[in-house]
Amino acid sequence: MDLELDGLSVVTDGKSLVRDLSLEVPAGRVVGLVGPNGSGKSTALRCVYRALRPSSGTVRVGEQDLTRLPLRHSARTIAAMTQDGGVDFDFTVEEVVALGRAPHLRGNQALSGRERDLCERAMDQLDIRHLAHRGVLTLSGGERQRVLLARALVQEPEILVLDEPTNHLDVRHQVDLLALLRASGLTVLVVLHDLNLAAAACDRLGVLSQGRLVASGAPADVLTTDLVADVFGVKASVVPHPLTGDPQLLYSLDSTR
Amino acid sequence: MKVPHKPPPAGPGISSRAGAAGPAEASAPRSAGGVRARLASRKVLLLGCAVLAAVLLASVVVAIGLGPAVVPPGETAHHLWAALSGGRIRSGEVTTYQIIWQIRTPRVLLAALVGAGLSAVGVAIQAMVRNALADPFVLGVSSGASVGAVGVTVTGGLAVLGIHAVSVGAFAGALVASLLVYAASSSRGALSPLRLVLTGVAMSLGFQAVMSLIIYFAPDSEATSMVLYWTMGSFGAATWGALPVVAAVVLAGLAVLYRYGRTLDVLSLGDETAASLGFDPDRHRKVLLVLVSLVTGVMVAVSGAIAFVGLVMPHVVRMVVGAPHARVLAVAPLVGAIFMVWVDLAARTLVAPRELPLGVITALVGVPVFIALMRRRGYTFGGR
Repeated sequence: MDLELDGLSVVTDGKSLVRDLSLEVPAGRVVGLVGPNGSGKSTALRCVYRALRPSSGTVRVGEQDLTRLPLRHSARTIAAMTQDGGVDFDFTVEEVVALGRAPHLRGNQALSGRERDLCERAMDQLDIRHLAHRGVLTLSGGERQRVLLARALVQEPEILVLDEPTNHLDVRHQVDLLALLRASGLTVLVVLHDLNLAAAACDRLGVLSQGRLVASGAPADVLTTDLVADVFGVKASVVPHPLTGDPQLLYSLDSTR
Repeated sequence: MKVPHKPPPAGPGISSRAGAAGPAEASAPRSAGGVRARLASRKVLLLGCAVLAAVLLASVVVAIGLGPAVVPPGETAHHLWAALSGGRIRSGEVTTYQIIWQIRTPRVLLAALVGAGLSAVGVAIQAMVRNALADPFVLGVSSGASVGAVGVTVTGGLAVLGIHAVSVGAFAGALVASLLVYAASSSRGALSPLRLVLTGVAMSLGFQAVMSLIIYFAPDSEATSMVLYWTMGSFGAATWGALPVVAAVVLAGLAVLYRYGRTLDVLSLGDETAASLGFDPDRHRKVLLVLVSLVTGVMVAVSGAIAFVGLVMPHVVRMVVGAPHARVLAVAPLVGAIFMVWVDLAARTLVAPRELPLGVITALVGVPVFIALMRRRGYTFGGR
């Protein structure tokens, strides 16, 4: 299912966080949002998973205006892996993953056999099955991230939005997670900090700076020395990945070279 | 983490590494999770609730029999049966019957109701404001009720309501306090958990100051004992008259809260996550706030503010059955009711004919339990 941000603007307390952002995520594609801290990436995502109502502009899923859909309804189509992974009580991993079914269930309705299988499959995919009975509060940051993604998958969404999903993950799990996103067949909008991973994992990239979309397109077209210098204020050489040909950045700590 | 062969919603996708997880699990330290997993199954939970209900029933009968005049459980049951079925009793038994049916039964039943209600409300409030240290009174309800009760006592207002004047005054005070807290903590339709708690704490302090002022200028000492009553709690004023109202409100509150089980689970994952799972956190908090204020207000109006039950019971129950609120809300009211029946029994028998304030006993039990709980390894206290 297509996801489209159309002229999205968010103003909070007089501050303009996102300005006139238009971005399209075609069905089944992985689109990355990159940009410096405070450039409005997370704010834009929050409008998609409906933690925030845009001040103007619309978010459309398959031609439908998101704000016209009941919250519960859109949660069956869009799942999110958010930054607030904090849990207040010591739920087990299994219990947190099962909460991904909440938008599909009424009240305290128990999970069906199929839904339990779904949870187990997601825990297998994220390599957390062995943690099933552990309390989430005892997990490492990386393990917790994987629990949150498993919960999002259990939601059976068509669209997945992720806010810095590779945070706290070791290299192997970073690579595995992004490979999983690519193989999932879902429509994915993901905020990433690591430009090299973004270039490797995404079909298209959108670059945000001070709330505005300053560039978008295929990673090779977007990630140029000039753009990285302009937006991030960093000197970088762009070289093609020797195996995949994806653009990869090599940073220089000395800004004069 | 494995790369799936197919997308999760469609594919069977159990990958080859599933087998590798097996041994890892076996060697993993068996912490509280193992115990919890066993207690988690529905059958075990139902059985546990049935056992607790039986214990509660037995506790009620025993507690009704005990007091200055001790009545054996068998005889107590006989009198209760006579009262319920409209049966006959011999003329020599009338005094005992009256002690049992008119004095002790409403009191013990009220204790059970309030114990159940405080425990359930404590569970809901802790999830709602996302704070493991919250209790039913954190939102200013009890101090508001105290001001209402003391105000009515001192001024002689609401005299037309007779013996119910104090309760009505307390309830009104509780509602005013809740409304103030709500108005002061909501901003642009949002109800932030932290702001809710902070406002509640501030309002409580304000109400306590008002109460101190009333006492200071009060013409007699009745107000002073009134304060002790409201800050420590007692079931001494229990009558059949107020019981139906309390029972209706508390039992309805328990039922509704239980239905909110999964919603509370989702709320305790944080507002962002709640929204992404299709739950409007602010809307649910508002509904819960109304519900919780109403139930707490009614309980405080008839029994004063009994501390620690609503704080400690949720944690004790969570340690045994785990965090999911549907489970906690099934067990906590029963445990709270049993606890409160025995606390009240201790309060009226330990130093008879005088009565200890309930808060003294709940604190004596609650404080050590609470500290032991916090220090216990393996129980993570709200991640802090």
